[in-house]
Amino acid sequence: MALSGHGTSFIFDESWFPTEGQFNMIPMLVGSLLVTFGSLLLALPLGIFSSLFASFYCSPRIKTFYRRAIELYTGIPSVIFGLWGLMKLVPIINQIQPPGQSLLAGTLILALMIFPIIALSLISSFEMASKNHFKVSESLGLKKSTYIWFILLPNLKGQILGATILSFGRAIGETMAVLMVCGNIVKIPSSMFEPIRTLTANIALEMAYAMGTHRSALFLSGLLLLSMIGVLLLLSDFLKKRFAWKA
Amino acid sequence: MEGLTKSISWIVGLALIAMLFYILGDIILVSAKHFSLNFLLDSPFSGGRKGGIYPIIISTLLILAVSLLVVIPIGLASSLYLAEFAEQNSKGIIVIRKSIEVLSAVPSIVFGLFGNAIFSLYLGMGFSILSGGLTLAIMALPLFITTVEKGFRSVPSNYRLAAFSLGMSRFTMIKSVVIPYALPAIFVGIVLSVGRALAETAALIFTSGYVDRMPESLFDSGRSLSIHIYDLTMNVPGGDINAYKTSLVLIVLILATNTLINTILKSWYKKRIAL
Repeated sequence: MALSGHGTSFIFDESWFPTEGQFNMIPMLVGSLLVTFGSLLLALPLGIFSSLFASFYCSPRIKTFYRRAIELYTGIPSVIFGLWGLMKLVPIINQIQPPGQSLLAGTLILALMIFPIIALSLISSFEMASKNHFKVSESLGLKKSTYIWFILLPNLKGQILGATILSFGRAIGETMAVLMVCGNIVKIPSSMFEPIRTLTANIALEMAYAMGTHRSALFLSGLLLLSMIGVLLLLSDFLKKRFAWKA
Repeated sequence: MEGLTKSISWIVGLALIAMLFYILGDIILVSAKHFSLNFLLDSPFSGGRKGGIYPIIISTLLILAVSLLVVIPIGLASSLYLAEFAEQNSKGIIVIRKSIEVLSAVPSIVFGLFGNAIFSLYLGMGFSILSGGLTLAIMALPLFITTVEKGFRSVPSNYRLAAFSLGMSRFTMIKSVVIPYALPAIFVGIVLSVGRALAETAALIFTSGYVDRMPESLFDSGRSLSIHIYDLTMNVPGGDINAYKTSLVLIVLILATNTLINTILKSWYKKRIAL
């Protein structure tokens, strides 16, 4: 269905003007990738530091509480993140530089949505990591941070990568939150403050009235998303094998 | 370096907690100011700006019911097959497992496209609660199957052997040993599917539709809570107060399901230790 009546127009057309039969998806693909990579860039340090906080730097009591709080983040539906982003975050960005609904807003919201995946997976792998290494490094007089940065995290490269891939998949497939805060203008952005439209948001916006070729163009973008997820899963399988073999 | 790592960790930790309280607090405070019981019992009017969400709650529950009615039998059967009957290392089973894994990673909007093409158009259900529920069922199935299969696998093989040595048939063994033992896992699977279905928006826009009237049958279009929030914030100027209130209802529902999971898991582990 997706591929009927297309050829290569979805790359070589001038732009995305569905009413005039032009279906260039590149701006939206770029938008999707930008917002995804941006949010990963933010979520990775957030995830790593918050898992360090939970596992090494706070009391066990706070740790239980903190873990529940992060799990709560994963429980909040994306449409509520979108609502909050639109009501609170977008006006703040708008004060810095209009229009507010922008790549930046999408990146921030997505980062908040995906960091829990990284944090939770790291907290549980810290728990499973060998306690001996920690004891030995302590008895050698190494500082906690030396142990963390030079022994623990390098050992967990596989897990970190795996969690990153998982959150990449979540971020690129996310629809509602980015639809609500990104502004949805089909254009390759030239700064963080410009609005973008992602592939998923495009489907959600235009599916309601799409007919004929337009409709199959939307299905094609769905197929594109699906194949990206497929590639990610293959990648994570490959990594699993590689790192399991190493350990 | 030690000091730096420690202080950044604390800052990130505290900031994220503060953020969570900000998001939840914002929703709770704004909606508490305007909340009344009538909100749950009235119909929405003037595009949802005024009135309540009663028909929307009913539609949401109907969509949930449809998807659970599909998920539970199909999910139970397939997880039982995967755990008890399937030859573990055969090619076919590996393919099935991989497909389940892929399905659980597919973005929800793609499920929405699929549901729109198959249920709404090809099978002629149109925008209806039925097609929305079925789409959600397909979305929730992978999660349900993996959870329940784990439960079936956690049954100690001693139990199975003992059951066989008592001369039980395979059917009796599954009925009176495996399923009772895995009951908590089945329950957790159901609750997880409910949580996933409640939070879903993107898959429902083109399957269950937008209509905010009281649904008269399963073939009517019905708006779920999440779509109501989306529509009020994006398409209805001045709908934000009611969007906040609906968010509160949705969050409370989701938190309730999450708490339910935690309590079940806790009592389950206690029981296991007692065994």
